Amino acid sequence: MNGPSSIDVTVRLYRSLRLIRRVEEVVAEIYPSDKIKSPVHLSIGQEAVAVGVCDTLRADDVVSGTYRSHAAYIAKGGDLKAMFAELYGKATGCAGGKAGSMHLIDMGHNILGSSAVVGTTVPIALGYAYAIRRRGEDRVVVAYFGDGATEEGVFHESLNFAALKQLPVLFVCENNQFAIHQPLEKRWATDRLCERVETYGISAKKFADSNVESIRTHTQGAIAEMRAGGGPAFMECVTYRWREHVGPGEDYDAGYRDRTEYEAWSDKDEVARLGAALGENRRADIDAEIEQQIAEAVEFAESSPFPAIEELHTHVFAG
Amino acid sequence: MSSPAETDRVVTYVDALLEGMAQEMRLDDDVFVFGLDVDDHKGIQGSTLGLVDEFGADRVFTTPLSEDAMTGVAIGAAIAGMRPVHVHIRMDFLMLCMNQLVNMASKSHYMYDGQVTVPMVVRAMIGKSWGQGAQHSQGLHSLLMHIPGLKVVAPSNAYDAKGCLTTAIRDNNPVIFVEHRLLYYTDAYVPEESYTVPFGRARTVREGGDITIVGVSNMLVECLRAQELLSEEGISAEVIDPVSLVPLDIETITASAARTGRLLVVDNAWTNCGASAEIVAGVMERTDRPIMARRMGYAPTTCPTTPVLEDEFYPNPVTIAEKAHAMVRPHAADWRPDPERAKLAYQAQFRGPF
Repeated sequence: MNGPSSIDVTVRLYRSLRLIRRVEEVVAEIYPSDKIKSPVHLSIGQEAVAVGVCDTLRADDVVSGTYRSHAAYIAKGGDLKAMFAELYGKATGCAGGKAGSMHLIDMGHNILGSSAVVGTTVPIALGYAYAIRRRGEDRVVVAYFGDGATEEGVFHESLNFAALKQLPVLFVCENNQFAIHQPLEKRWATDRLCERVETYGISAKKFADSNVESIRTHTQGAIAEMRAGGGPAFMECVTYRWREHVGPGEDYDAGYRDRTEYEAWSDKDEVARLGAALGENRRADIDAEIEQQIAEAVEFAESSPFPAIEELHTHVFAG
Repeated sequence: MSSPAETDRVVTYVDALLEGMAQEMRLDDDVFVFGLDVDDHKGIQGSTLGLVDEFGADRVFTTPLSEDAMTGVAIGAAIAGMRPVHVHIRMDFLMLCMNQLVNMASKSHYMYDGQVTVPMVVRAMIGKSWGQGAQHSQGLHSLLMHIPGLKVVAPSNAYDAKGCLTTAIRDNNPVIFVEHRLLYYTDAYVPEESYTVPFGRARTVREGGDITIVGVSNMLVECLRAQELLSEEGISAEVIDPVSLVPLDIETITASAARTGRLLVVDNAWTNCGASAEIVAGVMERTDRPIMARRMGYAPTTCPTTPVLEDEFYPNPVTIAEKAHAMVRPHAADWRPDPERAKLAYQAQFRGPF
């Protein structure tokens, strides 16, 4: 892939990958200060799955995510200032400071609220897709979830219903190979996830190394078919969580996984690879913009007020 | 809102539900109804019969037996601006929906700071009699009353059934709509035109001065039968139908109980941590008047199927009347209604709206 269009794409992908990486690193740096008032499940290492898919989406397409959704939120264009403010528990947060890191939402950018209960948002994505089809629109919904969610009954119920009704849903499994600290081998009878999905009549593809361009190219094709009236598709993107399940640190000394796994994944780090492909000057310019953007978001969160006490009782019921 | 007195048109509960549903579907293209068997030849005992013919399979459809995911589908469609009505032929099946109802439907508006609303209705039928048994008879509304963000209504007659369903569909929150199968073929004066019954407003069905009796769902009918037995003994019972449990019109109940000095709450459910407990506590917190309070509900057991045990499981007009009598006349000898009169009371039909 050569020419100006491909370099534009690389710039875009790198910018998004790098923004997520640096946001997460800054969150981790701030975290020990106790300014962040919410548990954080960082996306470091998993950026390519969010970026490769979301880069192909239109602004009016919809994504739904999990409690580890900083990456998807940012990749879909979620408001960064509102995200930091939410982590800080501030009134200007994307959920008014009431929900924290696990429940990011930005309906203005068609980011459905994420959930802490594994698998819970998958059927909600279907319901949104049903509404899209009923209204004759050509929008699509991307449902992100982890490998653990595929063990939930609701995941299989959702696959069946999406296929039955031919809903425009792209199922994206971020398979980071651990449910909290439990590896796949202790949870899956077989690793043939795509085969399981295909029995519902849904096309499924596995990406063993989360190459951002491979994911992007495949997503483009899948979404084009959905916009033309096609039904759901499934992607299993194997990836790796570099930090601990929850919190800012590393946990390779905890005994449940080996640092050599991390080293293998960091050797094929997509942020570094695309950055190198851009060349020093261009990369430095982008990096500087990103640092500025993050600094402004942090400053916004720091200077925003906490919610008024009365906010405890607002939005229990809708008017 | 239409006044109950303005019509002489008599309609059954089940037909009132069907009429209310069809009218809302005609008014609003975003309303749809789904759930196992809503489009079959029985149509949820008739309450959805024929809707698929008028509105098509996109708006009236059966589902896989996937209550968990289907509840999520309702939530997602509601967030997208539609107004789903999800039907369960027994309330017991709601246990398969609890994650979505408790963790998402109830919380989304609050948790996402008002960015989304979840206007959805969950219709759930309580069964009773002829061997419905352990898993086809449960009244589980109190489990859902516990969760902020869910509304819970339990109309006791055809007029309220139609009006509450209309209100529920137009409400911008998830509404648990509790129906009792023994009410389905009771009838009431029901206007043909669309109307709403407001939530959070109890109905005083019978006025009286000696005791306040609150009946939930079809227990309201049993309380009315008990009220007739009591009136023959010269006891004047005020009978109140809360209509909606969340929001609950505790003020009307409190005012009545403060006046009569006696409160008997009869729920179509267990009493432990139930709606009856909430109503009694709510009244006690709102008045310093001494009020004698009692509760009745299911026996603290699983519901058995054999009739001799099942009869003992539920409050009935005789046991309700006996309890009320003992409260009003604590020093009188034990009283039992005349068996012949009790038999008549069991057969008494009441035509709402009350």
